[in-house]
Amino acid sequence: MSLIEEIDYGTPRSKSETMVTLTIDGNEVTVPEGTSIMRAAMDAGHQIPKLCATDMVDAYGSCRLCLVEIEGRAGTPASCTTPVMNGLVVRTQTERLKKLRKGVMELYISDHPLDCLTCGANGDCELQDMAGAVGLRDVRYGYEGENHVFAKTPGKTDGCANDHWMPKDESNPYFTYDPSKCIVCSRCVRACEEVQGTFALTISGRGFDSRVSPGMSESFLGSECVSCGACVQACPTATLTEKSVIEIGQPEHSVVTTCAYCGVGCAFKAEMRGEEVVRMVPYKDGKANRGHSCVKGRFAWGYTNHKERILKPMIRERIEDPWQEVSWDEAFSFAAAKMRGIQKKYGRDAIGGITSSRCTNEETYLVQKLIRGGFGNNNVDTCARVCHSPTGYGLSQTFGTSAGTQDFDSVEETDVAVIIGANPASAHPVFASRLKKRLRQGAKLIVIDPRRTEMVDSPHVKALHLPLMPGTNVAVVTALAHVIVTEGLVNEAFVRERCDWIEFEEWAAFVAQPKHSPEATAILTGVDPKVLREAARVYATGGNGAIYYGLGVTEHSQGSTTVIAIANLAMATGNIGRPGVGVNPLRGQNNVQGSCDMGSFPHELPGYRHISGEAVRDQFEALWNVKLNPEPGLRIPNMFDAAIEGTFMGIYVQGEDILQSDPNTKHVVAALSAMECVIVHDLFLNETANYAHVFLPGSSFLEKDGTFTNAERRIQRVRKVMTPKNGMADWEVTIALAKAMGFEMNYSHPSEIMDEIAALTPTFTGVSYAKLDELGSVQWPCNEKAPEGTPVMHIGGFVRGKGKFIVTEYVATDERTGPRFPLLLTTGRILSQYNVGAQTRRTDNVVWHAEDRLEIHPHDAELRGVRDGDWVRLQSRAGETTLRAEITDRVSPGVVYTTFHHPDTQANVITTDFSDWATNCPEYKVTAVQISPSNGPSDWQKAYDEQARHSRRIAPAEAAE
Amino acid sequence: MSSPDRLVYMANQIGMFFRSQGHDKAVPGIADHIKKFWDPRMKRAIFAHLDAGGAGLEPNVREALTSLKQSLPAVS
Repeated sequence: MSLIEEIDYGTPRSKSETMVTLTIDGNEVTVPEGTSIMRAAMDAGHQIPKLCATDMVDAYGSCRLCLVEIEGRAGTPASCTTPVMNGLVVRTQTERLKKLRKGVMELYISDHPLDCLTCGANGDCELQDMAGAVGLRDVRYGYEGENHVFAKTPGKTDGCANDHWMPKDESNPYFTYDPSKCIVCSRCVRACEEVQGTFALTISGRGFDSRVSPGMSESFLGSECVSCGACVQACPTATLTEKSVIEIGQPEHSVVTTCAYCGVGCAFKAEMRGEEVVRMVPYKDGKANRGHSCVKGRFAWGYTNHKERILKPMIRERIEDPWQEVSWDEAFSFAAAKMRGIQKKYGRDAIGGITSSRCTNEETYLVQKLIRGGFGNNNVDTCARVCHSPTGYGLSQTFGTSAGTQDFDSVEETDVAVIIGANPASAHPVFASRLKKRLRQGAKLIVIDPRRTEMVDSPHVKALHLPLMPGTNVAVVTALAHVIVTEGLVNEAFVRERCDWIEFEEWAAFVAQPKHSPEATAILTGVDPKVLREAARVYATGGNGAIYYGLGVTEHSQGSTTVIAIANLAMATGNIGRPGVGVNPLRGQNNVQGSCDMGSFPHELPGYRHISGEAVRDQFEALWNVKLNPEPGLRIPNMFDAAIEGTFMGIYVQGEDILQSDPNTKHVVAALSAMECVIVHDLFLNETANYAHVFLPGSSFLEKDGTFTNAERRIQRVRKVMTPKNGMADWEVTIALAKAMGFEMNYSHPSEIMDEIAALTPTFTGVSYAKLDELGSVQWPCNEKAPEGTPVMHIGGFVRGKGKFIVTEYVATDERTGPRFPLLLTTGRILSQYNVGAQTRRTDNVVWHAEDRLEIHPHDAELRGVRDGDWVRLQSRAGETTLRAEITDRVSPGVVYTTFHHPDTQANVITTDFSDWATNCPEYKVTAVQISPSNGPSDWQKAYDEQARHSRRIAPAEAAE
Repeated sequence: MSSPDRLVYMANQIGMFFRSQGHDKAVPGIADHIKKFWDPRMKRAIFAHLDAGGAGLEPNVREALTSLKQSLPAVS
């Protein structure tokens, strides 16, 4: 293993298919038209000296180091900004060029500190490399003149302050900005603009006064900077440096792995020194992220060695008792005895489990195998129940598969993007950056969201915004269909060829009814009919139309209906089956796609095959050597109901905090309290663990091998870079627990688990670790028909045959506002935090978001006497909590909004039991509430906090005799 | 909300989705959905409620459950 050095070609790849041949240093080189001479030379293995060029951003031509000579042309053009042409004869090294470059470097170094040995970038500094490359041996100008390097004017003992010098900015928790080392190449500024799309950085001043400036000469933390790290990665000197590198030193080896945060699935190089992570650097060959990252994946991995991580197994008889640390074997036999005891007493179906959407495919597969094979029932469910289960239902009904239809690269060919109930800038930031890049090239954006999200209005992006009332998605999407049908915008050729025409006609007649028009529905949706009509026309006629949606679609009592309505819309306009279009669910957690694929739903075996299918069961029974139960099991909310009823008494929860993440916390508390054995397998004593009897310590994504599958169905390797701190990888823990329960599963490496998955799952038959190593990643389906995977689904025809239109009648949720609860609460996420915050709250990301706040419109706030920053009581029919208010017009009057990242806020005390009609996915996005001023935490919060502290006690180890 | 109230509510919610497809598609649609996604104890509880008069069940749902119950002797 060594440090993976990715080649920097200096300028981005040209997508042209026309090839051009030229001669560089006597070698003939053939490259796509539009390639720079610099890149063509690198292709041929000749590195032209450069400082301001890097292949993540467009050429800029400012450093004057990459000069070349071209036969028949005057002067010495910059190779980064000069495109190739047929027949050019280029020389990259001549006496004239050598002299020019040395002169340029001499000037740079005359205003740069010479502390190389103690510099954070020592060993990874392009300025140092270039000084070496051009043979710089002497700086004739000296260092006494005007400079940016010294705090005081040099040469004088009581020298006066140097006005040009600026102190280091260490405000960002993860990287430093040292202006004295800056060469003003503006790579950071361009990375912020072109790669991230935030435009937080600029060059202020001109000439010798030019400085990199976050915002209006603010600190990095005080500016608009979102800490994605693109600037740090782009910086060729020590000006922008990771604090971890400054502290530890340069890494010595690296391993390519996959981020364990959101569903984008960014590929990273884990750069290591021994078993210590030095930094995580986005991998340019990662096909989901293409070398970009966000603050979470890039920097927020410190939770993996946080002091609160539990490394020893623990048990207790009652949740009132303190935890007892025990050996692994004791923990397994205690857990096994409890679970088997429950089955003996209450029946085989009285236990179950929850697979983790944060763990690997292999681990998830094993947990469902343990439940189906070892427990002997199908009481297995996963986090997708509470997020994208309606996607599974809706898309499989209409298209024949729950799969998102595109890869992320597809966005580069999109002309109209529609975002419904999602805020990628916060929840899927790297995808948002890729989308924004396309928007800056001229693609249009429509945002359907109750809140004016960061996507609606950001630098160089202005969306058509449909601010609907929470709970009216079906009415809005059906109204869009109404406009498309009644204005004759249907792509009839597509529908006739690909879809069932009779079903289409029924659907078209349904949506064309006047009661579905934007004008008729405006009274309940709150959306201006003119804007809605314009949005429908733009989507139907603007070229490639792609819909991206999130939990604002699914987490409603009509979640599945909205997914169906979206699929109808895409079919009616022919926006399916080629790059640039499609229906794209943005999945929340790193492996929520994978956990669904791996058979985590109570009614489905791996590969989405219903448990009642005899032929499918036969296959699994033969390989697993067990008899499978043909009846579907309990879904998470049904498990809670059954627990309270007394028929579901034991649960194994891997890597999921159901108490914090599931709705109506009081109901979940009642259910967990009723159970006789709750096994929590996690990194931390999460909220669910407060009600657990067995705690099995988990391993982080850095400590195990496996695969994650991202939102574009891309299967990517997770690679172990350190020994599990708890002693066992999660897959090994599940195997040992199964064994203690008398169910043997024998694997010596996760690759063997993947081989079994491939053998049993038609969409995975071509997947193996060898293939993943060879190709980097594959998107399922990956089998004989598509040996290298399937970037775009439904090309030439739908998976189910003909696309199926289904009518979508709007039904108002039963969660209604009224005199007691006049406002609608909706929930969402923020960039710096992830899910229930168990990981990100244990990193420095808390500087951006230390608590959940309630966003409220100034009008609603004034009516209630609430000022910005005040504590408010948030009350619903389910419960109440308190948090601080943030007054903003991002939300409309009548709507309030909060995040759910912090357990002390307990936003889910407020949310209700209402759920999607088809899948029981909870209705997180609509809760009728009232708000009133408050003095501080509610009684419930105090009692909860007291119980949590009591429950987290760990008994001191007994002294050895 | 406790069983069987909750189950009646859930079943009616399913019925509401299928309502706009008309009676002939709605009844088998509802039956198929409950068959595919409900755990046996939930099915048993709703069948028991049906036998006890089925208070609160929408007509389509009642019809769907009646036919489903006959086709699933093992569960009931």
